[in-house]
Amino acid sequence: MDLTFLLMTLLKIVLICFVFAMILGAILTWGERKLSAVVQDRIGPNRASILGVTALGLMHPIADMLKAFTKEDFVPAGANRFLFAMAPMLAMVPPLVVFAVVPFGPGPDFVIAPLDTGVLFIFAIGGMGIYGATLGGWSSNNSFALLGSLRAAAQMISYEVSMGLNLVGIFMIFGTVSLSNIVLGQGQLLWGWLPMWGIVVQPVAFILFMTASMAENKRAPFDLPEGESEILGYNLEYSSMRFALFFLSEFVEIVVIAAMAATLFFGGWQIPWVDPQGTAGGWITVGQVAAFVGKVVFLCWVQLIIRWTLPRFRYDQVMALGWKYLLPLSLLNIVATAVVLAML
Amino acid sequence: MGADYLPYVAIVLTIVLSIGLVGVILVVNALLGPKDLSGAKSESFECGNPPADTSRKRFSVKFYVVAIFFVVFDIEAVFLFPWAVMYRDLLKSPVYGSIALAEVLVFTGVLAVGLWYVWKKGALDWAFDGARSGGTDD
Repeated sequence: MDLTFLLMTLLKIVLICFVFAMILGAILTWGERKLSAVVQDRIGPNRASILGVTALGLMHPIADMLKAFTKEDFVPAGANRFLFAMAPMLAMVPPLVVFAVVPFGPGPDFVIAPLDTGVLFIFAIGGMGIYGATLGGWSSNNSFALLGSLRAAAQMISYEVSMGLNLVGIFMIFGTVSLSNIVLGQGQLLWGWLPMWGIVVQPVAFILFMTASMAENKRAPFDLPEGESEILGYNLEYSSMRFALFFLSEFVEIVVIAAMAATLFFGGWQIPWVDPQGTAGGWITVGQVAAFVGKVVFLCWVQLIIRWTLPRFRYDQVMALGWKYLLPLSLLNIVATAVVLAML
Repeated sequence: MGADYLPYVAIVLTIVLSIGLVGVILVVNALLGPKDLSGAKSESFECGNPPADTSRKRFSVKFYVVAIFFVVFDIEAVFLFPWAVMYRDLLKSPVYGSIALAEVLVFTGVLAVGLWYVWKKGALDWAFDGARSGGTDD
């Protein structure tokens, strides 16, 4: 371990986790408000300005952040102070750490830590996020927050099951759980012309994965734990930057889901038919990194559109969807993939 | 890259830096924000009414049941991962391939029987009593 490695790793962590994930998350808070305005035929955020520059309302995330910084970090009476302070941290840190294994480009230079256990690491760390929502609601000493956190815990662990199972088909086809190798595998061509992207060979798994991960992120149509219009949810007692961290973590998780879906189902940094081994270097590598970022941004947009298109489920419908539809379908998908692979 | 442990050093660095960043955000907030805790303000927020009830109370047993199912089914998922990674290698030999296929059929079969059992027991029905009686399965 030498100094170059340390400096390069630090640079990658700052660029990927802090600049890419957090800034894109902050921009998505604006994107969601602007998109909802467009969907509902409103103008949306357009007032905040720096020296008269409003940039379509892009200054609003900055204004929101400054406001959150100068508010009181309030703790309600009877709350468990330690867990109450820990919960926003537990919500925010896992989605940032997950980016450590996501390959942004070909080779080990564009990933913080090229672990062989990539997807397992994401499941292990991503699952920690459940603690944030659960402990945040429980420690607030508020009945509504407790309700929200119970719903969050039950919903998130329910969808965690099918999320794990419906990626098994991908592991079977590419024979690895390392994200870098899965991306390399997706550079192969089917019948000599069709890129072997995850969505081509596992279309059912893609739909199940997006459904499960959006439910895991507690966003509409699965926003029962928050239920803005009736129970207010697990972060009801939070204010200032503590609330902002819960809020931002939801948007960073959108980026996580988009990055995972892009890596597993849309070929990661692969540009179809161009340099599938990622050895070209130069401008082609730049283009491949740009392709990955473009896929991530596109999948973020897809999630925002879904959130503003579908109405909310009822709670028993959410649980039924997870256990009675997604789980049996994931099992069927595994069996079908196994039989097809055996017959080929 | 060199030694095998380097990715794990990078992981630890990522975790430490992320916790550090979030910690700095919270500390800066604590320094900048006002401190003005008064009696009524620190009460639990229930739309302005005095809190009707404590929040340290018992809750529905269904949440525990879901947690138990999670432990059971998620561990089954973990057992499938190593098999999935090796599956295509095993298929190269007809003997091992057919054993691998038969094993996963048995494994998911047992899993499906377990799911069918809890389903028929009504453990997956969230609203099987109370307002929507009649045992409709939706």
